[in-house]
Amino acid sequence: MKIVGLSGSIVGSKTRTAMDYMINETIKKYPDVEVVLIDLADYVVQFSDGRNYLEYEGDTGFVTKTIMEADAIIIGTPIFQASIPATLKNIFDLLPVNAFRDKVVSMLVTAGSPKHYLIVEQQLKPILAYMKAQIVQTYVFIEEKDFHRKEIVNDDVLFRIDRLVEDTVVLTETYTTIREAKEETYDF
Amino acid sequence: MEKYRIDQSKGLEFGLYTLGDHIGDPFTGERISAEQRIHEIIDLAKLAEQAGIDFFSVGESHQEYFATQAHSVVLAAIAQATSKIKIASSSTIISTSDPVRVFEDFATIDLISKGRAEIIAGRASRIGLFDLLGYDVRDYEELYEEKFELLLKISKEEVVNWKGKFRAPLNNARVIPRPQNGSMPIWRAVGGHAASAIKAGYAGVPMFLAALGGPATSFKATIDAYREAADSKGFDSKTLPVATAGFFYAAETTQQAQKETYSHINQGMQLINGRGYPKQHFAQGADSRDVMNIGSPQQIIEKILYQHELFGHQRYIAQMDFGGVPYERLMKNIELIGTEILPAIKKYTAKK
Repeated sequence: MKIVGLSGSIVGSKTRTAMDYMINETIKKYPDVEVVLIDLADYVVQFSDGRNYLEYEGDTGFVTKTIMEADAIIIGTPIFQASIPATLKNIFDLLPVNAFRDKVVSMLVTAGSPKHYLIVEQQLKPILAYMKAQIVQTYVFIEEKDFHRKEIVNDDVLFRIDRLVEDTVVLTETYTTIREAKEETYDF
Repeated sequence: MEKYRIDQSKGLEFGLYTLGDHIGDPFTGERISAEQRIHEIIDLAKLAEQAGIDFFSVGESHQEYFATQAHSVVLAAIAQATSKIKIASSSTIISTSDPVRVFEDFATIDLISKGRAEIIAGRASRIGLFDLLGYDVRDYEELYEEKFELLLKISKEEVVNWKGKFRAPLNNARVIPRPQNGSMPIWRAVGGHAASAIKAGYAGVPMFLAALGGPATSFKATIDAYREAADSKGFDSKTLPVATAGFFYAAETTQQAQKETYSHINQGMQLINGRGYPKQHFAQGADSRDVMNIGSPQQIIEKILYQHELFGHQRYIAQMDFGGVPYERLMKNIELIGTEILPAIKKYTAKK
């Protein structure tokens, strides 16, 4: 199983802090799972111009190909202006229609205000559903006050991230098993 | 229809097309040389002619895993090697070519083949060739429309006066040679979207519709939209042929056909588009209402006749070599087409 953690913003540190914890937990609990973090702050990704994802070069090509090869994707995103950051939306635009078919996608969100709680529900999930993701319905919502000096200081958040990782792995295994069992009946 | 060399009294035309992909056999992992692939394509055209198949076409693709970038050169070889079968491009990317050169090439192929050449002009489904050939992909739409119009103009007028954005103007330019009978059919290649079919209709140009998989009824909607668009611009859609193109593979049983072809299509899609063909969708393709013509000869006959009833199309072309299908199995398919599929289709679709 290959999991890609996608940190969807190029500014700030909270999403990256949460993603680092998530990645470490995954490595600790699931040593057989291959897990990589793509923090968009580390890459120069161009805007989508409509080409097939295989045709992008450099960082853009690396990011799109890595995501497409994943069995599961854990998206970490802040909320900007009551929406997802443009950098994250650009990743979706770079990928083909149905890009998340046979992939499990889960989410953790960092936000400056509890008023942003439903942004993921109303703006991110519909995109993932359109792209055919199997969505882990429960996401982790993390607020400003849960962080202190680049660390998560609220145990409840840590527990929720642990559950998110577990749900992502379990659902990926489950969907893979279901699909394989179905495909075996086809005889081709 | 005569203008497009279609004689409906002979029934639905049946053709083969290849994109000229050059992919290893997923069962053996072996990949033949580009030389062998090109020769096998030429041989396939000869075999198709012997089996009574009406049409053979070769596509142009400039990315990795293809061998017929110079598709018009391959078609010239086929023109020389055959004597009856119609030959065409599927398709020529007119957007990134000079319409003058395309016309010269295909008029020459028409002369070599003694009046059997046709052009199917498309706009490319991938954009790598824009960089390769020095065009800006931002002009994607306009390049296609302008160059397609110029190609049509050259086809209609031997002496051309023309001015456009993407090519030097033509002043009393004589574009020669001319095709054997003065003109040759020029089609627009259309992908899945009705919007693109509607544009072909507005232009009053025959349409080649890619219909790889999915319910036949959804492609009927696209064909209806095309005809309606043509009629709305004062053309008579009854005089405009429609052709469909899609996956094909025949074997003794449908199960065997699926077994022999799935890995090829899946691998081909994986290499070229980055994602394979979902098994569930492929399994659905066996349904009689799906356009994918993969199955036993009897099932394929029923499907093509059903599609003909829905579409009222004049030509169907089959893609059976995608993803490194070995030559012996292509030969076997041609045999099944010639002995079982073609006679039945002709019998039931010939207009008296």
